[in-house]
Amino acid sequence: MDITALLVQALNALQYGLLLFLLAAGLTLIFGIMNVINLAHGSFYMIGAYMAFGLSPVVQSAFGGGFFMTLAIGLVLAVILGYLLEWLFFSYLYERDHLQQVLMTYGLILVFEEVRSILLGDDAHGVPAPEILSGVIPLGDLMTYPVYRLFVSGLCLLLAVVMFWVLNRTRLGMMIRAGSTNREMVQSLGIDIKVLYRLVFAAGVALAVLAGMVAAPVSSVYPGMGNQILIICFVVVVIGGIGSIKGAFVAALLIGAVETFGQTMLPQFAGMLVYLLMAVVLLIKPNGLFRTV
Amino acid sequence: MQINRLSPWDLLPLALLATLPGFLDAYTQGLVVQIMIYAVLALALELLVGTTGLVCFCQAAFFGIGTYAVVIMAADSAPVSVVWLLLVAIGSSALYALAVGFLSLRTSGVYFIMVTLAFGQMAYHVIHDTAIGGGTDGIYLSDKPMLGSWLSFDQSLHLYYFVLAGLSLVFVFLMLLLQSRFGRALAGIKQNEQRMRAAGFETYRYKLAAFVVSGALSGFAGFLFAIKDGFANPQLLSWHLSGAILVMIILGGLGSLRGAVFGAVAYVALEEFFKAYEVWGEFARHWHLGLGLTIILSVALLPKGLAGLAALMQRRLATKREVI
Repeated sequence: MDITALLVQALNALQYGLLLFLLAAGLTLIFGIMNVINLAHGSFYMIGAYMAFGLSPVVQSAFGGGFFMTLAIGLVLAVILGYLLEWLFFSYLYERDHLQQVLMTYGLILVFEEVRSILLGDDAHGVPAPEILSGVIPLGDLMTYPVYRLFVSGLCLLLAVVMFWVLNRTRLGMMIRAGSTNREMVQSLGIDIKVLYRLVFAAGVALAVLAGMVAAPVSSVYPGMGNQILIICFVVVVIGGIGSIKGAFVAALLIGAVETFGQTMLPQFAGMLVYLLMAVVLLIKPNGLFRTV
Repeated sequence: MQINRLSPWDLLPLALLATLPGFLDAYTQGLVVQIMIYAVLALALELLVGTTGLVCFCQAAFFGIGTYAVVIMAADSAPVSVVWLLLVAIGSSALYALAVGFLSLRTSGVYFIMVTLAFGQMAYHVIHDTAIGGGTDGIYLSDKPMLGSWLSFDQSLHLYYFVLAGLSLVFVFLMLLLQSRFGRALAGIKQNEQRMRAAGFETYRYKLAAFVVSGALSGFAGFLFAIKDGFANPQLLSWHLSGAILVMIILGGLGSLRGAVFGAVAYVALEEFFKAYEVWGEFARHWHLGLGLTIILSVALLPKGLAGLAALMQRRLATKREVI
């Protein structure tokens, strides 16, 4: 493999890894703070992708807007969806044991997939990248790289920075971190923990939906796409350590690299490699690389 | 532990199942066989979830590996003895369970759920992506294996009674296992693992042994499926099946082996109901919706399963009587 091909692979790995991070961050936050295991997190990704597909013609005719308008409207809808779901459904899961959480969110996946099937059908669809970002950048003499993928990487990286900043440097982040350590104490200090939970949950959903929307032009849109990525996200969370954003970041980039390079070098075994990586991590550090106990 | 003791009453459903083929058409009889295979899987999972308190999400992988082992072996040229196929199915599933258990039991709680889910998916990828399993299409058997001339799985009655015997054996085996020292240790681990360790039990080994037994029984279920339908495809290993089996044991009520069998019946009945064209018309295509909503509602309202519902009714009646 020559150096430009390697560069293309590395950029793809970075883009995929950063996208995984957006999903895994929401998952690990929701688990780390609310102690809820959410199997339906992948469905939010699927919902996002189908929003990019189904919403854009509506947005086009109503506002005359393009991709970015769709993105913005989708995000607003995602926050509303997350807020409502937390209020009507997930807030009842906090006191349940993990088995019941698993089963109820499993039921939720079935519901989401069927609603999607009723509304938009079961076909796979391509979603065009927005016109401004549809160009390519030449790499070396022969290769090119799509601008849109760079945009995805940039956006994810920006969001990652914002997330780190909010969690580690702001008052809100302090409250969230405190809430994950000691719920009762935070509550007795006069902070409304319920609203805090609802915000974190809505943010997690919004991140997953956003990941789905920006991924749609890269990966196309198909039924069951959420479940496939959900399990990879679990691997990311397990490797990184539950509740650790830093761990999720490192693990997501690691998995992105393993899967992307695996697909070109060992195509037959690419599907297994990430799980083997998880097995190795479990052997060495059963609690994940960055778990803060 | 009183509920998991064999009683003469268990002969009643057995007798019912044994006489059933006389009254059923071919489709329903096939469905009952399918239910009995699910029941074996549910029993195997009950040993982990209900007895030991380990929420395992890769039962489908053990099941699918058992099926694939049979189909791959049997598709190979010369006819292979059924006994041999049975041993290979159970052995390969147990082996994978040993590997998965060895790694995943180093974790606990929600970690354990995610790790088993991931390892289940790994088995799916191995079968789906590599050449050994025939890829997406899977493998079909042209000739089903036979045990001499007196037991031919091509005949639906032979198959029916063979599966029924298999289910009964697994049921009795687990009943006896739960009564043994080993079974009581597992129940102790569920109650309080720290205390069991303090009492001198190497809990890791007990849990690993339970994991392997559960994997082996699921491999047996895979064997039964292979002789029933004579094919294997990657969908058998999909995590949706693992989820469905979890739903079964929850529906039946955790902690009870009879509940696991009952849950398999209830789950398939639900599925058939939501799939029924007569009831839902065109909408039957979207049967997952009704199933999903039922799962959510039943877990929310009946955390102890249908068995819990019965207990609840009894208590209600009892309090009413007291009032009177």
